[in-house]
Amino acid sequence: MKEKLLEILNDLHEDIDFETEKDLVARKILDSFDVVTLVNEICDEFDIEITADEMMPENFKDLDSMLSLIQSKVDED
Amino acid sequence: MRTNVLEDLDEIVKKVPDKIAFADDHTSYSFKDIYEHSGSIATKLAEDGFYKEPVLIFMKKSPEEIASFFGVIRSGCYYVPIDEEMPVTRISLIIENCKARAMIIDESTKEAAGRLAYEGRIYSYEEMLGTSVNLKTLTSIREKAIDTDPIYIVFTSGSTGVPKGVCACHRSVLDYIEQLSDVLGFNEDTVFGNQSPLYFDACLKEVYPTIRYGATTYLIPHELFTFPKKIVEYLNDKKINTICWVVSALTIISSFKTFDSIKPEYLHTIAFGSEVFPIKQYRLWRAALPDATFTNLYGPTEGTGMSCYYRVAKDHVFEDHDVIPIGRPFKNTEVMLIKPDNTLARDGEEGEITLRGTCVTLGYYNNPEKTKEAFVQNPLNTAYPEIVYKTGDIGKRDADGNLIFVSRKDYQIKHMGHRIELGEIESNVNLLEEIKMSGCIYDDQKGKIVLYYVGDISAGEVTGRLKEMLPRYMLPNKIRQLNEMPFTANGKIDRKQLKNMYLNA
Repeated sequence: MKEKLLEILNDLHEDIDFETEKDLVARKILDSFDVVTLVNEICDEFDIEITADEMMPENFKDLDSMLSLIQSKVDED
Repeated sequence: MRTNVLEDLDEIVKKVPDKIAFADDHTSYSFKDIYEHSGSIATKLAEDGFYKEPVLIFMKKSPEEIASFFGVIRSGCYYVPIDEEMPVTRISLIIENCKARAMIIDESTKEAAGRLAYEGRIYSYEEMLGTSVNLKTLTSIREKAIDTDPIYIVFTSGSTGVPKGVCACHRSVLDYIEQLSDVLGFNEDTVFGNQSPLYFDACLKEVYPTIRYGATTYLIPHELFTFPKKIVEYLNDKKINTICWVVSALTIISSFKTFDSIKPEYLHTIAFGSEVFPIKQYRLWRAALPDATFTNLYGPTEGTGMSCYYRVAKDHVFEDHDVIPIGRPFKNTEVMLIKPDNTLARDGEEGEITLRGTCVTLGYYNNPEKTKEAFVQNPLNTAYPEIVYKTGDIGKRDADGNLIFVSRKDYQIKHMGHRIELGEIESNVNLLEEIKMSGCIYDDQKGKIVLYYVGDISAGEVTGRLKEMLPRYMLPNKIRQLNEMPFTANGKIDRKQLKNMYLNA
């Protein structure tokens, strides 16, 4: 799961090291329209549905937060 | 007859001086604030000898920036807004093109401005406000003003790698505001939620009607557009009833089931444009706001903002594959569909969308070659000089007489509401020493700019270097290295082949 997510993230910004970056939102690395692209790709890739309630800054601030969001959605299914 | 946009400001400041005109999270300016601050800025510029020339505005998006716009107009000059996030090389190209001798900055851009090789005067916004207004000077400037004098230059993507500055005058803006307000029903109770940046003509929709009607505009913080629920909470908190947004901003809200948990409570007027609104997303919006009006707007920067509109009837049922028409031109604008043989398209034939009327802007600033290509003598009129604008968009009319957008004549795309020449991205990529050649395509299904290149450099490195040259919205979303570039029989880069490679990957 981690590898797939990293692939999606690197496609978005090839020059960012997402494994170490801890503040993607506050440091404005993820732009508003990026998050939308990202969420669409995550939903496609992992076959899950992310709703507006989960689209909150804390769920996208770093790789780990995104992974735990995805994991929780996968577990729900 | 109005001949100057400042007449609106003069009138409204007498009528509702203390009402909020423009506000963001930090600042709230009344009409009186706008009037007084713009007076100080204008006086300072006039006293220092700036007149009838471009003035750069390099400030963060804020009510202060809007006060600067009006300050520049009152000085008899025209404003050139620069994007605070624009890379230095692009700003330098803009400065080189318009040769502005003065620039207004704020605290947030001070450092970036210092890094520019700029030899003109740099004014701090805050310091300019200390100038006492000299009404005598400002009145004499106004008495000499003509309605064909420029108000602004906004820069748009240019296929050769150099941005083009579209220059518009008072008369075009007055005409636009009149027609747009009529179509969308703006009045003193209008509360705008602005989404578009202030360095594009898109913000004319909020800035000038606010001054005309004594409405209020909230500048929505850009970050909110990352998190759909937060935007709707903001709309409700500020009691926003009117939005004119790019389609991608609207779909951010509708595509994540935001309306299941929260709905805009005050919103009654929704205008959208710059891209095709997917029917599925439109239905979600219509279901959430059954009584609101939805209007599709269409128009190029060269036609002063928007030129055509289509009000979507409440009960109109769309099939999944339908496209919302771009409709009819505003009053006082004509859309001619011109075929390659310079005759008018008829009965559903396709032709190039060509604009005629006061909406046609003055042309590309300091760029006669590019101006001549698109701002041309009306091919149907040989009797007297009459400039029309060829948009490069191909359109046709449906059975009801509504205009339908068909395609582009060239490699211009619309990406997240931004107008981009793929050629401009390629020109910048080709500037990198290691690059042998590059070709860009656009995946319009997924909204991705895809760059293919040949050269001894990694994709990550290409992105990193491009960030110093291009604004963020122009950066390719996918970058792929190739050993060989496909060519057409004529020796041009084969974009069709690139697209096939991309789709089959």
